[in-house]
Amino acid sequence: MCARPIVQMKNIEKHFGSVIALAGVSIDVNAGECHCLLGDNGAGKSTFIKTMSGVHKPTAGEIIFEGQPMDFTDPRDAIAAGIATVHQHLAMIPLMSVSRNFFMGNEPIKTLGFLRFFDHDYANRVTTEEMRQMGINLRGPDQAVGTLSGGERQTVAIARAVHFGAKVLILDEPTSALGVRQTSNVLATIDKVRKQGVAVVFITHNVRHALAVGDRFTVLNRGKTLGTAERGEITPEELQDLMAGGQELAELEGSLGGTV
Amino acid sequence: MSDTPQTVADERIKSMSRLRTALIRPELGGIVGTVAVFTFFLLFAFDSGMFNAQGVMNWSVVSAQFMIIAVGACLLMIAGEFDLSVGSMIGFAGMMIAIFGVTLDWPMWMAIALTFVICILFGALNGYIVVRTGLPSFIVTLATLFILRGFTIFIPQTIERKTIIGGIREAAEGDWLAPLFGGKILTGVFQWLGNAGIIDVFERGSRKGQPVVDGIPMLIIWALLLVFVAHVLLTRTRFGNWIFASGGDADAARNSGVPVNKVKILMFMFTAFCATVFATCQVMEFGSAGADRGLLKEFEAIIAVVIGGALLTGGYGSVIGAALGALIFGVVQQGLFFAGVESSLFRVFLGVILLFAVILNTYIRRIITGER
Repeated sequence: MCARPIVQMKNIEKHFGSVIALAGVSIDVNAGECHCLLGDNGAGKSTFIKTMSGVHKPTAGEIIFEGQPMDFTDPRDAIAAGIATVHQHLAMIPLMSVSRNFFMGNEPIKTLGFLRFFDHDYANRVTTEEMRQMGINLRGPDQAVGTLSGGERQTVAIARAVHFGAKVLILDEPTSALGVRQTSNVLATIDKVRKQGVAVVFITHNVRHALAVGDRFTVLNRGKTLGTAERGEITPEELQDLMAGGQELAELEGSLGGTV
Repeated sequence: MSDTPQTVADERIKSMSRLRTALIRPELGGIVGTVAVFTFFLLFAFDSGMFNAQGVMNWSVVSAQFMIIAVGACLLMIAGEFDLSVGSMIGFAGMMIAIFGVTLDWPMWMAIALTFVICILFGALNGYIVVRTGLPSFIVTLATLFILRGFTIFIPQTIERKTIIGGIREAAEGDWLAPLFGGKILTGVFQWLGNAGIIDVFERGSRKGQPVVDGIPMLIIWALLLVFVAHVLLTRTRFGNWIFASGGDADAARNSGVPVNKVKILMFMFTAFCATVFATCQVMEFGSAGADRGLLKEFEAIIAVVIGGALLTGGYGSVIGAALGALIFGVVQQGLFFAGVESSLFRVFLGVILLFAVILNTYIRRIITGER
């Protein structure tokens, strides 16, 4: 496993008016590792990944990507740099075919004279191939995404991000709405992607899912990192305790209207 | 966990029957409807003259009119928006051509070109307001519907003290652009067909010896051209993929880097373009512009598109389907006339078929998206 961090987030702070959503979060992610970011609701997970993917600008702190300090002004910058985010929803269009979804925004072009056409043959071939590698046998590349299960949709989204050159893949609770079988498929996909050398940031609040694929675990609580543990250094019970430890406080803060 | 279970798709997804696979083609409703309508009229109105040269030309022209506006409405609906101002735009565009070309006596090509520019700008404005405010296009274009209709009545009344301006055909004489909308092609072929006795010729009167159908109106050529171009654009280009994506889920499309706002504004402009083509062909044919032209056309366009299998919610549909929807319209509207049925029943038919089409489409959507 390569130990060079591809992304370092140093003391990231993010304030929304008087609300401090992130009060100094630091993690680093290596190429080819799956770094799990755990935390209960309101811990600041969403805000943190939005900062990482260029949606929010950090109030303070540094983002270092491949050794260079980065200053993302919008998500397009982050995508161009190679940081792709797969959202739980808002990733696929159910009415469109798998191959149309796969190449959405990156359509392959075939020129015929001065006319430029969507290269369906290429798109279908690549989509079928990529899906087979991910363990999904499509009825056909023109199958609508709507007919895929939730886990398969996540897999398509992940495969798409990797195909288009993502070096860092942020997965926002990819397993939270899935059943057991589907979850195991998504976790298997994460494992495959990691082996291809992609850095995976896996956001979840399910300790078992995190332990299944994670190399390192960072727990977020009330906008702060409680620490990072290596695989094998920590038991599920300890992780669970770390996450739940701030439960009462988080609830209290929630009732005061102060959470993110 | 590191070893993937070889996921077998069949385990999750029941294999689809051939019928269901065919059902999710958006054109299906249009194809079935077209076959049904032709079968019906061939059985019940064959002797009425509906299927001789004149009759065919009659319903072809009406269908082509529907087609021109349905193509615009179709792409726009797939992109997730409506345009209710199409009918008013038709009236407005015709009136502008008349004012520029007759009242102001400008060259006809200039009148036509300027009208196209103005109308497409109105389309762009519709789109711009919709994407900037995030308001439903239904409301925004409803406002445009009234604004344009108001101007279409106000302007000629103020300038000419009337709401119908004639003399367009005379003003267009010798113009190079006007025949592109009002002319006919293949007149020689039809004359030959007439001489050869394949189609009827006039027996008496000033046009004695001329065939009853003397050429294919440019209106039909425009309709076929627009259908072809829009179909290729939608199914075979990158931009077509963006149209589907913008209507399917604008946020997901934006996340993937699709310029959703640009796509939507361009589609509003295309709809306005289609409406102006319709209007130009119409004023060239009638030789006059009237303030009440194009009434209810926006709804007829939308109904044709829905019969053609497009979803009102966007993201799914077919130009070929919309064209078939327009053909069904034209054939039924004229066919009822040929069959001697009270023409008001056409509206009853419209309402019934619209309801059927929407119910069918909703069912199809469930099949595609796997909802229950």
